[in-house]
Amino acid sequence: MNFLRKHEKLERNSVLLLIFAILAVLVGGIVEIVPLFRSETVVNPVGQVRPYTPLELVGYNIYIREGCYVCHSQQIRPLRDEVARYGHYSLAAESMYDHPFQWGSKRTGPDLARVGGKYSDDWHVAHMKDPRGVVPESIMPPYSFLSKRAAKIDDLDKHLKALRIVGVPYTDEMVENAKDDAMAQAYGEDRMDIDGLVERYGEDVNARDFDGQPDLISEMDALIAYMQVLGTMVDFSAAENVEEGAL
Amino acid sequence: MVDTSVSKSPTSGHDYNDDVVRLFTLATIFWGVVGFTVGLLIALQLAFPGLNIEPYLNFGRLRPVHTSAVIFAFGGSALFATSYYIVQRTCGVRLWGGCLAKFTFWGYQLFIVMAALGYVLGVTQGKEYAEPEWYVDLWLTVVWVAYLLVFFMTLVKRKESHIYVANWFFLSFIVTVAILHLCNNLVIPVDFLGAKSYAVPSGVQSAMIQWWYGHNAVGFFLTSGFLGMMYYFIPKRAERPIYSYRLSILHFWSLIFIYIWAGPHHLHYTALPDWAQTLGMTFSIMLWMPSWGGMINGVMTLSGAWHKLSRDPVLQFMIVGLAFYGMSTFEGPLMSIKSVNSLSHYTDWTIGHVHSGALGWNGFITFGALYYLVPKLWGREKLYSMKLVSLHLWVATIGIVLYIAAMWVSGIMQGLMWRSYDDMGFLEYSFVESVMAMHPFYVIRALGGLLFVAGSLIMAYNFWRTIRGDVKEDEYKNENQPAAVKGELV
Repeated sequence: MNFLRKHEKLERNSVLLLIFAILAVLVGGIVEIVPLFRSETVVNPVGQVRPYTPLELVGYNIYIREGCYVCHSQQIRPLRDEVARYGHYSLAAESMYDHPFQWGSKRTGPDLARVGGKYSDDWHVAHMKDPRGVVPESIMPPYSFLSKRAAKIDDLDKHLKALRIVGVPYTDEMVENAKDDAMAQAYGEDRMDIDGLVERYGEDVNARDFDGQPDLISEMDALIAYMQVLGTMVDFSAAENVEEGAL
Repeated sequence: MVDTSVSKSPTSGHDYNDDVVRLFTLATIFWGVVGFTVGLLIALQLAFPGLNIEPYLNFGRLRPVHTSAVIFAFGGSALFATSYYIVQRTCGVRLWGGCLAKFTFWGYQLFIVMAALGYVLGVTQGKEYAEPEWYVDLWLTVVWVAYLLVFFMTLVKRKESHIYVANWFFLSFIVTVAILHLCNNLVIPVDFLGAKSYAVPSGVQSAMIQWWYGHNAVGFFLTSGFLGMMYYFIPKRAERPIYSYRLSILHFWSLIFIYIWAGPHHLHYTALPDWAQTLGMTFSIMLWMPSWGGMINGVMTLSGAWHKLSRDPVLQFMIVGLAFYGMSTFEGPLMSIKSVNSLSHYTDWTIGHVHSGALGWNGFITFGALYYLVPKLWGREKLYSMKLVSLHLWVATIGIVLYIAAMWVSGIMQGLMWRSYDDMGFLEYSFVESVMAMHPFYVIRALGGLLFVAGSLIMAYNFWRTIRGDVKEDEYKNENQPAAVKGELV
């Protein structure tokens, strides 16, 4: 057998074997991954997706820290039942500032891609503290400690800077005001001037006391601020009109 | 404390470095019991949520402890132990690098402890099977390069002219895991004195890279490496050469080439471009062939030695492991078909699939290898008790069957409930109704897990007695049986 004799070269030469093995495993990865970095082929520009506010970013990091992605997806598939249950299917642009993505792989609990605005802050607080107090059949772990812990907002400028390095368009102004913006968002306009926050992150930004403890900017505040913005950045009614007009 | 300082291989008389193999063998047993037990705990948490203790022992933090303990601590230690054992014997030389091998042991254990402590304290990158933060990743890189050096340089200075097929698989596993690890953990730390970092890619790109990594952690860590074990221990135990040399070549190259493409099947119907999803599905289906080629090569190695299978529970472990491998590598391509995936994705079916592979294939081939290795490594003539091996096999098999059957039913039920409509065209079930329906199956799954843990404790006891030098004499009394029976118990 000819190919056996040729293969013998590899079996007798460890360096050749190593090189061929590396070549064999590189092909697939290169073909599938490299084209994705031409982002215009991947992400349709939506224009309405903004980077997270500093407080939402703290919430995003708590979401990761607690392993929420282990049981909740953030990726609605274009299937009839999912759109009926959760809303418009997820767009690539909606996770373009998630480093890393939080699409998840398992729905032990429901999808959260569009949970923003679906429940009140009070509901979230009660549900986080005692899930079964709100949904008796729930199997979610309790997260009451989030209300007691102060959110770490002192070093947010560093977080924004790191994210800027990987491509999130945070401006110098956003970096400088990171801590103030977090405070403004958690205190709300009754207690603080939120003009700067609104100017930097847009009029739709939720600025209020999320957790019912006005004097503490807790991790609960941050997590709920994050959850309340999920899936709300893109205005799909407008998008549908555009599509109809195009026809 | 078990003595690990036998300097020469007690059986061969060669000057092999078996100290490090013994250490990794003990670590495999230890982390196996730990990893399975944490798995049982989190299975119980899903059935009885009151068992969550916030914040440190909540499901979300313990789940990566379970997956890392089983995949990287148990599986990883088993791969180190067996690759070091096999490469020395198939190359006829001592491990290269002197103390470097021992460094890979302590370095790897440190990696495991740092990673697990991080998860419990909330230090994580938030990517499945790649949770450790940047400083742990850097440390693992150092250890892994040392591993590659030790293994590869041992191949380079071998005395045998040919590199044995098991070593091809080990080599591709080590080098591919290095590539995957480096590419998937590109991050920018927030502060070099802090743990937190942000991944370089985002959204779609980060999803694709993560599942290219994630699926090939299965393909190379949990498949290629463990096939290396199969290609050595099954022929050894059956005392037959591998069934087909040509099939080995075909198996090896097609497996490593095709596996790497399969990642996108974790991202069907997502925002990942369609062409990538289709490519992932196509290669996942193609993957069925090399997978079964490997299984057939392993099982058919018993040609002419089938009688051994009926009497040797160690060989039974390996062959049942291969059967589970065959089953899960058939199920995997099936689930990668987009229309099937639309039902199975996000459900417990995936969890069941993973566990038929992890418990059935990785677990059983490792147990088989350990039962073969432990007496040899500690210079014992035989295992303390073969009956306990058999008991372990049956207890664990029943455990796996309970586990995967429960997850099939619950997963398919979940998928069907989510997409079922009433007469008016509205969704029939709220999400929480599907959660309620899962409860009995979560209890059955936990029961299956309990049996699997019990089996691993039986194994640990058997090894403890074996290493101490005990032999359950009454079991071996009938040694004046036909020669065929005697031969297998050695």
